[in-house]
Formats: sequence, C-alpha cells, structure tokens
Amino acid sequence: MASTFRGLLGEKLGMTQVFDENNRLVPVTVVKAGPCVVTQVRTPEVDGYSAVQLGFGEIDPRKVNRPEGGHFTKAGVTPRRHLVELRTSDAGNYTVGQELTTEVFDGVAKVDVIGTSKGKGTAGVMKRHGFKGLGAGHGTHRKHRAPGSIGGASTPGRVFKGLRMAGRMGAVKTTTLSLNVHKVDAERGLLLIKGAIPGPKGGLVLVRSAVKGGPVGSDDK
Amino acid sequence: MNTLDALDADSLRDDIPSFRPGDTVKVHVRVIEGNRSRIQVFQGVVIRRQGGGIRETFTVRKVSFGVGVERTFPVHTPVVEKIEVITRGDVRRAKLYYLRELRGKAAKIKEKRETVAR
Repeated sequence: MASTFRGLLGEKLGMTQVFDENNRLVPVTVVKAGPCVVTQVRTPEVDGYSAVQLGFGEIDPRKVNRPEGGHFTKAGVTPRRHLVELRTSDAGNYTVGQELTTEVFDGVAKVDVIGTSKGKGTAGVMKRHGFKGLGAGHGTHRKHRAPGSIGGASTPGRVFKGLRMAGRMGAVKTTTLSLNVHKVDAERGLLLIKGAIPGPKGGLVLVRSAVKGGPVGSDDK
Repeated sequence: MNTLDALDADSLRDDIPSFRPGDTVKVHVRVIEGNRSRIQVFQGVVIRRQGGGIRETFTVRKVSFGVGVERTFPVHTPVVEKIEVITRGDVRRAKLYYLRELRGKAAKIKEKRETVAR
C-alpha cells in the first residue's frame, strides 16, 4: 500500500460522454473538485499519525458554532462546510491555510472515490442482497420476491444473527477503487473520471489517489 | 441549461449538416490501418436519429451485395470526416425500420419536393 496520497473534496456534477484521443466514446463522471484549504496538519509527534485535514464548501459564517469557528480561526481561514482528514505520510509538505486545487492530481492516473451512496429506502432481499427470489410460475403464490426459508425449526429454534433480510439499503459510505482519471480540467476545476462514482448529483465526494497499484504518480496506475 | 452543457459544448461539432430519417447521406469515415489513415465512404439511407446532445446517434442502412448493412455513428464523433446529404427523403415516420423487410424497388424512398406547388 502506497503511503503518500493526494486528495481533494468535491461535488459530483453528473455523468456525460467525451471522445478520447482514439475517437472512442468514454463515459465519465464530472467532479467539481476543490478548491480545498488545509485546516490542520497532523504529525506523528503531536497526534500519533500524519495526515492533512481539508476543508471544502461555502458556509454562512453565522451558522458555524463556536468550537468549529475557533478551529477555523486558528487555521486562519474562512469557515468551510465540510472537513475531512487525508492520511498521508508526506503531510509535512503541507502548510495550514494552503489552497489546494485540481493541480494536485497532475500525474495521477488512477483515483479512488469515496462518497455516500444513494439511499434506496426499505428494499427487499432481491434488490438488497441479490437473492434470486422464488419461481415465477408453477404454483408460486404471491411469494415471487420473497427470501424463502430463513432457517431450521426447533433446531436451532432461532434465526441466526446476521442473516440477510430486507431492510434499509444505500446511503452508506462507499468507496470505488482504481478509477482512471480521464482528464484534469484545471481551468474550470473539474475532474473527469472514467466510470461511475457513488452518490447523487450534488453529493460530496472525496477523490484520492488510488490505494492499489504502486506509489503516487507511478506509471502502473 | 443543464450543469454539464458547458463541458459537452467542447465535444459538440457545428459542421454537421441538418439531415433527418429518410435522407440519403454519404458518411466519410476515417479508418486507421496501422499507422496511416484513409477515408472510407459509407453511403445509405438514414433510418433513425436517436438521443440528444453529445449522446445523439444516427443509423445509416445500405444494401451491399444483397446484404443489408447498418452502421450507427455518434453524430458528433471525430471519426466522421464529413457528412454529405445526397437527397432528402419524403417519409412519414421517424424510425424507418420497415425498410429492413423490403427489397429492391419497394425499399426506395420517394424524394422530397422542396417547394410545394399550390
């Protein structure tokens, strides 16, 4: 696992298509990434680990409570809506108050995207866990999407813990690994990432250089 | 206006002539063989246009050596060098799938008369 990472918070704008250099259509998700500001630098001496804390998004300063406001004042920046920590061993290279834009992704070929998936509400087992349901015909009576048996009878006399059933689905933290960066549009602050990423349009996402496939900026990622 | 229209505008072409299903077109396609590229012409009848914006595609049908051939292109693809409209067709529907069942003279599309005589 690479230990130095680069990352930015951003807003998912939606998906579209672009043509690549071979004139093939590429499905891309557009993320308005940054500008982020460094609000704190975590160091092993003080905090026991090294990381950078990034702030992103506008917020009415009146809506910031005193503890949070104090944190931003200490960093000498205007309050931001979202804060996130990015664990990276080169945190010492960052300074508090530094502005980060999409330029941090120069030379990064693959990224991971962390976001909150779309909420699906109460979902049945077919949608939630991919069960196959019961038969469509042959006398199946109003049970086409049911889970079937959930266990034995008097032995064990109970339903095992963790048995997959219907319930709340989605709206959980989701990470999509190793997506190709199609283009970094520094002018407009946009990232074009090949493929789909978690969450709705307008959702908050953390884009970070990929965990897998060698160190940051290496050719194999 | 949608959020990504500004981004899509970079990929949209403005040198595409207006054409619709029923029209006969010549599509000049760039073909790359090894390290050299040449132009291949695909001539036929447009049987559909589908989608919108950068997603829009059209399908051209021709009969080649007795075999029907259909090719679908994105309207804004850089692969297409240019599109020439040969004739305007007089058709009553947007999707001309019925041409697939027809052969020879029956599959011919009437040409549109530009000015309606009154």
